[in-house]
Amino acid sequence: MADVQTIARHIPDRLESRGARLIKSWETLLVAVALAIFLVNSFASPYFLDPWNLSDATFNFTEKAMIAFAMALVIISGEIDLSVASIIALTSTVMGYAVQLGFDTPALVLIGLTTGLLCGAFNGLLVTGLALPSIVVTIGTMSLFRGLSFLILGDQAFTGYPASFSWFGQGYVWWVFSFEFCLFVALAVIYGIVLHKTNFGRAVYAIGNNQTAALFSGVRVGRVKFVLFLLTGLMAAIASICLTARLGSTRPSIALGWELEVVTMVVLGGVNILGGSGTIPGVVLAALIMGMVTFGFGLLNVPGIVMSIFIGLLLISVIALPILYRRFRGRRSH
Amino acid sequence: MKLLLKNREMLLVVAIIALLVLIAVRFPPFVAPGNLANVYNDTSILIILALGQMAVILTRCIDLSMAANLALSGMAAAMLNAAFPGLPVPLIILVAVALGAALGSINGLLVWKLDIPPIVVTLGTLTIYRGLIFLLSGGAWINAHQMSDAFKALPRATLLGFPLLSWLSLVIIAIMVVVMRRTPLGRAFFALGGNPHAAVYTGIDVGRTRFLAYCLSGTLAGLSGYLWVSRYAVAYVDIAAGFELDIIAACVIGGVSIAGGIGSVGGAVLGALFLGVIKNALPVINISPFAQMAISGMVIIIAVAVNARAEKRKGRVILRKAEAAHG
Repeated sequence: MADVQTIARHIPDRLESRGARLIKSWETLLVAVALAIFLVNSFASPYFLDPWNLSDATFNFTEKAMIAFAMALVIISGEIDLSVASIIALTSTVMGYAVQLGFDTPALVLIGLTTGLLCGAFNGLLVTGLALPSIVVTIGTMSLFRGLSFLILGDQAFTGYPASFSWFGQGYVWWVFSFEFCLFVALAVIYGIVLHKTNFGRAVYAIGNNQTAALFSGVRVGRVKFVLFLLTGLMAAIASICLTARLGSTRPSIALGWELEVVTMVVLGGVNILGGSGTIPGVVLAALIMGMVTFGFGLLNVPGIVMSIFIGLLLISVIALPILYRRFRGRRSH
Repeated sequence: MKLLLKNREMLLVVAIIALLVLIAVRFPPFVAPGNLANVYNDTSILIILALGQMAVILTRCIDLSMAANLALSGMAAAMLNAAFPGLPVPLIILVAVALGAALGSINGLLVWKLDIPPIVVTLGTLTIYRGLIFLLSGGAWINAHQMSDAFKALPRATLLGFPLLSWLSLVIIAIMVVVMRRTPLGRAFFALGGNPHAAVYTGIDVGRTRFLAYCLSGTLAGLSGYLWVSRYAVAYVDIAAGFELDIIAACVIGGVSIAGGIGSVGGAVLGALFLGVIKNALPVINISPFAQMAISGMVIIIAVAVNARAEKRKGRVILRKAEAAHG
């Protein structure tokens, strides 16, 4: 027993170098996929590389991507919000109603944001206050919010938005860069900083990895989750303002089925659907990929529903391929 | 009274009866036996689907692709009938059921063999199956005049005064009761949902059991595909769009825990009936049919809140017993 020796041994912080990790990362794979799609598109259609066409193409994904940022945080924290598309519908309906009452653009924006925040707060209260599973709660509020929109509108539509309001969906900040695209970039930066550089971001990861441990290390789990649902509501409201301004009208079926596209975007971006991991750059890349695929197929006259097959296959295969790859490598090393 | 409230199924029965009384005050003919039979018949397809979904949810999974599966199987059946009107209807039903089972098994295989989270798998296959209907039909509708009379007549044929559709759902309920309570597979669903790790040690193959649950939900979705298309005598890309949420709602209202392991055939059936009564009652009591979505949303939220309270109470009782044993 006495001659047991302790040998000093260097234990590295990381098993791989920074560069090796970067090459093997999900984001690198996404960049490769995005480049491939970009190349295929530019060869397949001569109209793809036109700056104005590309600018138009950004409208395919900017609104969904704004929600995807907040959704990414919610999913990383181990929850999900399926009511986002219904929040868009309700927010748009309330703004349309306010137009009938004679409110002008600044008031409309304020009313829209408040509606979104209230919807988010309702979700957040049910999930954190009553400790209910978010997937069922938001399936319920998904019906409720869009149902309220149907109740207010029936088979009618709200139109007649002020001309200054349409700038949010149709305006350009500089040259080909639309307001929506600039907002998308700004939000990407903000969410990137919040998730990757702040205590709040660390708390989100901590909750997603082990909620009990997070609670015991002093993270206010309930409050963080409540804020996340508030943020999703706010983002859905911002997306709703952009979308309503772009379309110039509100129907109860506005943004129908978007929740699935937003979740697809987030998962495609490498966020673990079970929570605990994921990055904002990944979500940005996934948004670009989905936007380019939709736009490229559109130029080739592929119907929208066929694109959705492709998106579905993409969703399953990007998750399945790494699993298969890991399994294959595991087998070889044994 | 306390015992009554503790039993979920009884609570739902009371809620449905209360609902019927409220409706009867406004519109008495609604509760006539003949009309109630119609309401049941109208809810039959939802009941069949909810039973399939229940099996999946019990194993801690979810099947969002059921409505898309239904639409694809239904479209295949309708196109088969339109192309070969001479084909016997039972054969067409068999094709629809087999197709549904195959689509369900794809979900199951992805969950079992690749370990992809169920919500991601079925979110993906939901859009893929919907898209395949478009590829299959080219976006065209199959209308009533393109379907043979035998194809449309089967769910409407009456036996002992009730439509065959109602009888079929009763048969499926009976089969599911037996499967859930009297077979190893049914016990495996519950055991796996209750505690997957413990289930492994009792010799249950978790992946395989989940696969079988998806096969079951797919089979029932395929059958419902034929029933839906023949009952409404039309098939197009968007039939039953969004219905997957109604199916899950029926289960949640029926007390099936989304966390797995808790639920019953009776609960799922009553949950579906609750939604069916609301859906059929709104137009006759002069509430805008547009209110239906908002109401079912409220019902889901209330149901899940009540469920959670019931489940929590169970946990507390166990804890108290343990404390008593220590003391």
